[in-house]
Amino acid sequence: MAAQRIDLETVRHVARLARLRLSSEEETRMQEDLSAVLAYVDKLNQLPTDDLEPTAQVGEAGTPLREDRITNQPETEALLANAPDRQGGFFRVPRIID
Amino acid sequence: MIVEPCSLTIAEARELLDRRELSAVELTRSCLDRIAAHDGRLNAFITVCREAALAQAAEADARMVGGAGGPLCGIPLALKDIFLTRGVRTTCASRILDGFVPPFDATVVAKLRAAGAVFLSKANLDEFAMGSSTENSAFGPTRNPYDLDRVAGGSSGGSAAAVAANQCLGALGTDTGGSIREPASFCGVVGIKPTYSRVSRYGVIAYASSLDQVGPFARTVRDCAVLLQAIAGVDPRDATCAARPVPDYAGALTGEIKGLRIGVPREYFIEGMAPAVDGAVRAALRQFEALGGRLEEVSLPHTEYAVATYYVLATAEASANLARYDGIRYGLRVAADNNIELYERTRGAGFGAEVKRRIMLGTFALSAGYYDAYYLKAQKVRTLIRRDFARAFERCDVIATPVAPTTAFAIGEKIADPLQMYLSDIFTISVNLAGLPGISVPCGYDDRGLPIGLQLIGAPFAEETILRAADAYERSGATVRRPPII
Repeated sequence: MAAQRIDLETVRHVARLARLRLSSEEETRMQEDLSAVLAYVDKLNQLPTDDLEPTAQVGEAGTPLREDRITNQPETEALLANAPDRQGGFFRVPRIID
Repeated sequence: MIVEPCSLTIAEARELLDRRELSAVELTRSCLDRIAAHDGRLNAFITVCREAALAQAAEADARMVGGAGGPLCGIPLALKDIFLTRGVRTTCASRILDGFVPPFDATVVAKLRAAGAVFLSKANLDEFAMGSSTENSAFGPTRNPYDLDRVAGGSSGGSAAAVAANQCLGALGTDTGGSIREPASFCGVVGIKPTYSRVSRYGVIAYASSLDQVGPFARTVRDCAVLLQAIAGVDPRDATCAARPVPDYAGALTGEIKGLRIGVPREYFIEGMAPAVDGAVRAALRQFEALGGRLEEVSLPHTEYAVATYYVLATAEASANLARYDGIRYGLRVAADNNIELYERTRGAGFGAEVKRRIMLGTFALSAGYYDAYYLKAQKVRTLIRRDFARAFERCDVIATPVAPTTAFAIGEKIADPLQMYLSDIFTISVNLAGLPGISVPCGYDDRGLPIGLQLIGAPFAEETILRAADAYERSGATVRRPPII
């Protein structure tokens, strides 16, 4: 992780991965901001970490299991009430397969 | 002078309600009047639920007549607009949730509802809890009740400002990197971030799931203890929730801290800290000694790496959590001919600048070729930060630090420089990375009259210890609380 300046192509690639439409002004700004933050983050490289285990979670819950049984009532109307577009009991989306 | 009911503490209101000298409706009305008079300027709230609140208050009054009231029955509260509330729009201060009305309550909301609490409002925040000033809100910034040109802190700025300005008696917020403690400090109220997994997050809009935690704000430590009591505990709907019993938090407030070992980490008293903050925190440490506490110098050597670690891990988790906002099932949709373009346009139009920045940073850190260098590296440094605290707690019972290096900064001062904004969380972020409980309690004012907060950090599940220490300090009267200008 050498301190790197993010180029515009990388900004566009990451925006595509994140499904984010950015304007060209936003792309330029993003290039500046990400480069500045990543240059700061580079200080992590001062620390040797080869022998360390990564910490993903700090909780103690483990992975509790429960009985496989339905506990919620079907509430189709309540759930579909927030849909930006619907048809009957379905969410409506643009055509996917021609 | 007649005391307005809205300015009572929860404990004071409880006594008056129980003696029938005050009704929940009167109390709620007093808060609503205060909101109507001042929130136009303060902007602590995104949604005020006037009619529903009065109806809940009337119900609470009926319950108390029947002798069924509990500690929070009839107490008017505000909820950060990150908690799902059945039938009340929930925005997370984002345009992307435009029009969203949740079909269910968050577990903490359901618990408070069952306890008879009154919900006044949904409080302002940084969009998706990403920020340290509540300036990143699609509904405009919340102003500091001590100086309207300054920020309330963030991301739970609305909750903190509302409690400070007597618009409610208590509030709930969330804290991922300091989002309860920093606004509590800036607004001169008490706020506690419990141990990771102590409080259920079911129905709380997720930002960074290995860090997010729910906690209360109030005007006293005791009130915070009562609120925490009501929301803590295991929840079958949140698999990350700890199955430990919940102790009696208010019962832990004995006022007695003789022999308590208070760790003072040298890395938290740094150059560049505002002199008034340094002075107030050192004075608080002397007060702890006067109360019988013992100061121990400790070291948290990896402190300076915490902000960098956080901005890799939190943004990586956020990029995954926020993938769900796709314009299909709820919220904003910007129409397009195909799905990919629909997602991209909806997200491009719906998210604000800081949220986009964090999604981009997180997506980058997780992307092919960078995962090991950034994400895995940061997870390993997290191990070091966690270890620092474990070692320090071999030598002390609580760790005392400033909450933030400065008092509330001016609106607009840091918004153009993300890195400067991120560094305002320098003293709070490690606590989330290590999953520890931390409380902010007022310990003074600077020469502009802006509040200063003292942070007390505990070992995992040692909420009782930090509450007891904070309460003993508060009760000692070392800091005389000043009212806000609003």
